[in-house]
Amino acid sequence: MEYLVVTLIGVIFAIASLVLLALGLAIIYGMMGVINLAQGEFIMLGAYTVVLSSAHGLDLWVGMALAPVVVGLVGLLVERCIVRFLYGRLLDTMLATWGLSLCLIAAVTLILGPSTEGVATPFGHVAIGGYVVSTYNLFVIAATGFLVALTWGLFNRTRFGLIARGAMQNADMVAVLGIHPPTIYMITFALGSALAGLAGAIMAPLTGVVPSLGLAFVAKVFITVTVGGAAIFSGTLGAGTLLGAIESAVSFVSTPIYGQVAMLGSALVVLRFAPQGISGLWRRSD
Amino acid sequence: MSDGSAPSGAFQNRSASAGPVSETLLETQGLSKNFGGVKAVTGVDFRLGRGELRCLIGPNGAGKSTFFKMLSGQLPPTAGTILFDGSDITGEPPHKIARLGIGIKNQVPSVWDGLSVYEHFFIAAHRRLGARRAAAVADELLMKLGLATLARRDVGALAHGERQWVEIGMTMAQDAKLILLDEPTAGMATDEVERTVALLRAVNISTSLIIVEHDMQFISMIAGIVTVFHQGRILIEDTMENVLTNPVVREVYLGAGRPGR
Amino acid sequence: MAPVRLSVLEPLLWAAGAVALAVVPFALSTFQVVQITVFLIFCLLAVSLDLSWGLAGLLSFGQAAFFGLGGYAYAILCANDETPGVALAAGTVAGGVAAGLLGYIAFYGRLSTMFLAVTTLVVTLILLQVLGSTADPSYHVGAAVLGGYNGMTNIPPLLHEPTPFFWTAGGLLFLVIVSGRLLMAAPFGRILAAIRENERRVELLGYDVRGHKLAIFALSGAIAGLAGALFASWGGFINPEVFSLAQSAQVVIWVLVGGRGSLYGAAIGALLVQAMTQYLGYIGTAYTTLVLGALLVSFVLMMPNGLLPTFLRGLSSIGIRQR
Repeated sequence: MEYLVVTLIGVIFAIASLVLLALGLAIIYGMMGVINLAQGEFIMLGAYTVVLSSAHGLDLWVGMALAPVVVGLVGLLVERCIVRFLYGRLLDTMLATWGLSLCLIAAVTLILGPSTEGVATPFGHVAIGGYVVSTYNLFVIAATGFLVALTWGLFNRTRFGLIARGAMQNADMVAVLGIHPPTIYMITFALGSALAGLAGAIMAPLTGVVPSLGLAFVAKVFITVTVGGAAIFSGTLGAGTLLGAIESAVSFVSTPIYGQVAMLGSALVVLRFAPQGISGLWRRSD
Repeated sequence: MSDGSAPSGAFQNRSASAGPVSETLLETQGLSKNFGGVKAVTGVDFRLGRGELRCLIGPNGAGKSTFFKMLSGQLPPTAGTILFDGSDITGEPPHKIARLGIGIKNQVPSVWDGLSVYEHFFIAAHRRLGARRAAAVADELLMKLGLATLARRDVGALAHGERQWVEIGMTMAQDAKLILLDEPTAGMATDEVERTVALLRAVNISTSLIIVEHDMQFISMIAGIVTVFHQGRILIEDTMENVLTNPVVREVYLGAGRPGR
Repeated sequence: MAPVRLSVLEPLLWAAGAVALAVVPFALSTFQVVQITVFLIFCLLAVSLDLSWGLAGLLSFGQAAFFGLGGYAYAILCANDETPGVALAAGTVAGGVAAGLLGYIAFYGRLSTMFLAVTTLVVTLILLQVLGSTADPSYHVGAAVLGGYNGMTNIPPLLHEPTPFFWTAGGLLFLVIVSGRLLMAAPFGRILAAIRENERRVELLGYDVRGHKLAIFALSGAIAGLAGALFASWGGFINPEVFSLAQSAQVVIWVLVGGRGSLYGAAIGALLVQAMTQYLGYIGTAYTTLVLGALLVSFVLMMPNGLLPTFLRGLSSIGIRQR
């Protein structure tokens, strides 16, 4: 019985981490149709923020609060200098952000060195029957739930969210109402970047932080967002649940690499039958 | 045959150039298309005779382009059937429908900007002909459409009217049994419109046509039976004169349908 | 964006190229001949991507995957005592089959071009991890031990002398470029160009475009596989580095910088960028990655058509006719 609970927690943790990491890109892609191949590096920068601030004596939680701010600003800069010239050009955006990804990895390697950094995992353990579960894993699950709810609230219950969703559907109408769509895009991109930074910060205590950290996540994050489709929240949650469960199940019985392979395989199967992703299935369709 | 408040039944579908009621080439039964909550086309029963030239009119958003897209396979219908030349083509992919003999010129010219006019016609003909015969067909079309001087120019550099002709020419090169033309004279000057009318009349000798148009002068020049679409359904089907004097049509069209441009 | 057509000049260019390839080894030192041979192999890889991306509009971020699989196929067959010639053919087939499989899933599954790009990237990264994890000697194919991150070494070359190998690589590049240009001018090539410009329009004429896309994508993969096999033969080694993000990026950068659609542009891009990378390599690989990334970003923003088309357009604007 306890074994079941512990396994379940493990699966939920895998799902939660996937959703946490993918949320930023889901917003950028869902709201603006932009594929940001540097999203992994935004996650990496968030992790490094925590690592560096800890190394300078700041509390872990201060570092975690700092990460979204830092990476949000980076995202703002990226949007202003690169992305905004390429709206509507999907493949070109992918190429440019891929170039950015290379630059960021190289820059961090040159400035901070290629070796692995880390921070200790806080909290401790919780005992369930004869098993122990890292309390931090539970924290991650809770944090993900909180962030998803918060972001959902932002986009569905605030004036900003309404305007942003309006701009996504029909930029001209929004402009007629006196709001400048490019500003909305800029804020949305910065928000997506900040979320990625925060995700990186939260995941930092759980992995070795290296400049190529983003590469480990970019594949999973992209697959999740593509399978999720245009519906930011329901799509990402649905895809995260499906793919996260499959990945953790397969990784458990073999290796993490095959877990990734299984994830990609399932994604291809899903997309074969639902080319618009899971969200496509939920629309009252044609 | 039609839906809504129109009188049904006792008129014959007759094209200006062909004889009395001919065999059915195209028939739709209860054809519908929904996009989420939007009902673009609802329960359309449509019939076209072989060799006929039919005009489709209606306000913007009446469902004409959506209807065409279903006929050409670009959109799968939500309900209903499409029968073409004896086969059920409902929901078939575009390339299969094209092979069965339906060509389409889309509302916004759908061409290849980086390829020359000659290449457009060649590729269109090459689907069913070998390279040499396709080349001959391409040359012939260049002459017929008066585009010979533009043969090697990239279509991206052409004027709007010329791009329309290129796309129309492609449908001719296909040697289709039925050509769907969505606003073939949009953006054309009067002399270009006249040339297009002459061209389409010549095409109609061997090919059935359905033409969506807003230009009433064009429609009166080309004659034939007119089908009026409104809010996704067929409102009325009759000759041009009767349609224009019909009070329901005038109400629906209030503000639109001025003669000429 | 129309591919560059050189018409009458072109066969002259080919003749000049053939002569140059034949004669150049005699003017250079052995070391230089060996150096340029690998450049020729990279040109071949770049041209393979241009056939898929520049001609047909199919962007693959994973051309390196087909390249690497070709190299590994060559190495594995050679280690199992196959003749190098057969191994070379096997490398080509490996690249073609892999591309065919991926292409089948993408085109017959009606997946978007964006998804093709992302999937090819993901597959490359997965290959990197899978082959990197084969360090244990129990991972072998016949007599060939895969060797994990260290890869395979002591791979027998196709030809032992540098100059004949130079001619082989150069000859294959020449063959591919000439056939590629002929293909582009033939009806099949024009149809692919049309698919690139407006796929729906081609379908509406009755063409089943899925088959066309699959054919060119598989061909592109086969040529990349051939380049990979040549590379393994050239260096005598192959390791999972060929599947790295940097390698995948390089191929795309070569074609982007040189210019898509002419095949010549891709080759020129490969030469220029590799020469630059080699120079920077003396400073350090992180700098190389930084510069590559910066190149990618700047070209996409400022010169998305690449060098050759921009140069030729410049020529025609000062009066030199392009056609």
